[in-house]
Amino acid sequence: MTEQITTPSANDTNDAPKHNPEAHNLDATDSYNFAYLDEQTKRMIRRALLKALAIPGYQVPFASREMPMPYGWGTGGVQVTAACLTPDDCVKVIDQGADDTTNAVSIRSFFARTAGVRTTEATDEASLIQTRHRIPETELTEGQLLVYQVPIPEPLRFLEPRETETRKMHALSEYGLMHVKLYEDISQHGHIATAYAYPVNVEGHYVMDPSPIPKFDNPKMSNCAAIQLFGAGREQRIYAIPPYCHVKSLDFEDYPFDRLRAPGACALCGADDSYLDEVIMDDEGTRMYVCSDTDFCSTRREQGHVGDQSGLFDSEEG
Amino acid sequence: MQKTPLFSVSDLSKSYGAQLGCRDVSFDLHSGEIMGIVGESGSGKSTLLNCLAGHLAPDRGDVCFDVDGTGLVSTLAMSEPERRLLARTQWAYVHQNPRDGLRMSVSAGGNIGERLMNVGARHYGNIRQDASSWMDRVELSTGRIDDRPATFSGGMQQRLQIARNLVTGPRLVFMDEPTGGLDVSVQARLLDLLRSLVQDLGLSVIIVTHDLAVVRMLAHRMMVMQHGHVVETGLADQVLDDPQHPYTQLLVSSVLQV
Repeated sequence: MTEQITTPSANDTNDAPKHNPEAHNLDATDSYNFAYLDEQTKRMIRRALLKALAIPGYQVPFASREMPMPYGWGTGGVQVTAACLTPDDCVKVIDQGADDTTNAVSIRSFFARTAGVRTTEATDEASLIQTRHRIPETELTEGQLLVYQVPIPEPLRFLEPRETETRKMHALSEYGLMHVKLYEDISQHGHIATAYAYPVNVEGHYVMDPSPIPKFDNPKMSNCAAIQLFGAGREQRIYAIPPYCHVKSLDFEDYPFDRLRAPGACALCGADDSYLDEVIMDDEGTRMYVCSDTDFCSTRREQGHVGDQSGLFDSEEG
Repeated sequence: MQKTPLFSVSDLSKSYGAQLGCRDVSFDLHSGEIMGIVGESGSGKSTLLNCLAGHLAPDRGDVCFDVDGTGLVSTLAMSEPERRLLARTQWAYVHQNPRDGLRMSVSAGGNIGERLMNVGARHYGNIRQDASSWMDRVELSTGRIDDRPATFSGGMQQRLQIARNLVTGPRLVFMDEPTGGLDVSVQARLLDLLRSLVQDLGLSVIIVTHDLAVVRMLAHRMMVMQHGHVVETGLADQVLDDPQHPYTQLLVSSVLQV
């Protein structure tokens, strides 16, 4: 697109190789630094990340920078990703489970350009996955990083507007108020109707907002082999769950936590255990359910799994 | 009456810079006793009550509470978590304006249940049953358990606030003008309710008011404050029938006779 954000060697007219992955220049005068952010900023973010990992679920303040994208598009997640990237990393970005949506595509190309790292759509190939509102269906492994984009990191925000008070409540583990929200759900709807951003307790102390992932994904956070990092750019908070932490979704004894999943199987790959998106097909109310995780769905289709309407899109393309 | 007091205040002083809040207040409160604090606006009543309840840090003096029946402990020397736990379990605070004491965006049942959930209740059915029985006790229709307090009248909001405060069985209740802003018939009904609740539960109460009728009806003992000082103290009936201090005499004679 522009000459500015290609690697520095691309502008050189001498005989230097056109692309050299080792030539990540720290001199800010001729190009962007590796992964866009300057080294001091990355150091500041890494310090916050280390603190966050040392105190699971605790919201660490950090000096969030202006990023070349609007707030709400993942400025926090992008900064965490930039601070964690190495030239050897392979990046995957998903938005609501999909690799091919605007947000995912633009962030992926952002890192391909500013860091020159490899990108992928396959969950098991990626070493760093930045996500908006989903956890991949494929089980994550040790050595992988999962970076969440977080709009509002404070789970108590809409119940207690005072930041001074919520900090005190976190410090003293005073989380009765969180259950008031669940109580209100049951009294109004007959069940816990909170379907996303469902509050969790991390390792028995901090209650945490898992970002707006569906509560279907909540159990995947517990005992996860990958490192989970959360970045909220506008709110300037970073928090984390180290690998193999116990993460418990809040509930009542007589209204236990329930994962909530649309009924049926994926119409394309036939999976009956994945999180499904509902797609409206026409004005008559016909609908189909498809996997929200596009990589999971296409991998299954390649393996020969079929759903009710597997041929639907093949025929249109052909 | 037991020998050691439940609650003891010694030489409590609080000033806002040059502005005096209250000075050298000392008294003891025994279990089951109701203490009325009266005085005109600006006499330091509310400052005193806020210092007692731990909302304000006093400049001097001490506030002691018998936490577990083993003797007085200074609440000022407690750590903040201990003090907050105390305020959630053994103490209660009824605000003059129910909007300060209630969560207006949460249903009546949720308001009553909050204190229970704060101390660890995690069974929805039990919480709801407790909330419903407390609504009954403060004469609110249990059919309105899922309505927000904003849809309640002022008197109902005040009764809801009382239910919310008493649900965890506190031993000491602070009340700041609980009948303020209510019309007389609603006031009378609320006072009746308070009197019976206090008697049934054996509560100790410190009640701040400018209404001598409230003190006459509820309090065993009373303190009269003027310009931050306690000018007269004694049994409520005694002080009201035979006031000694000129200011108390003025106060008692100012009550309108119908």
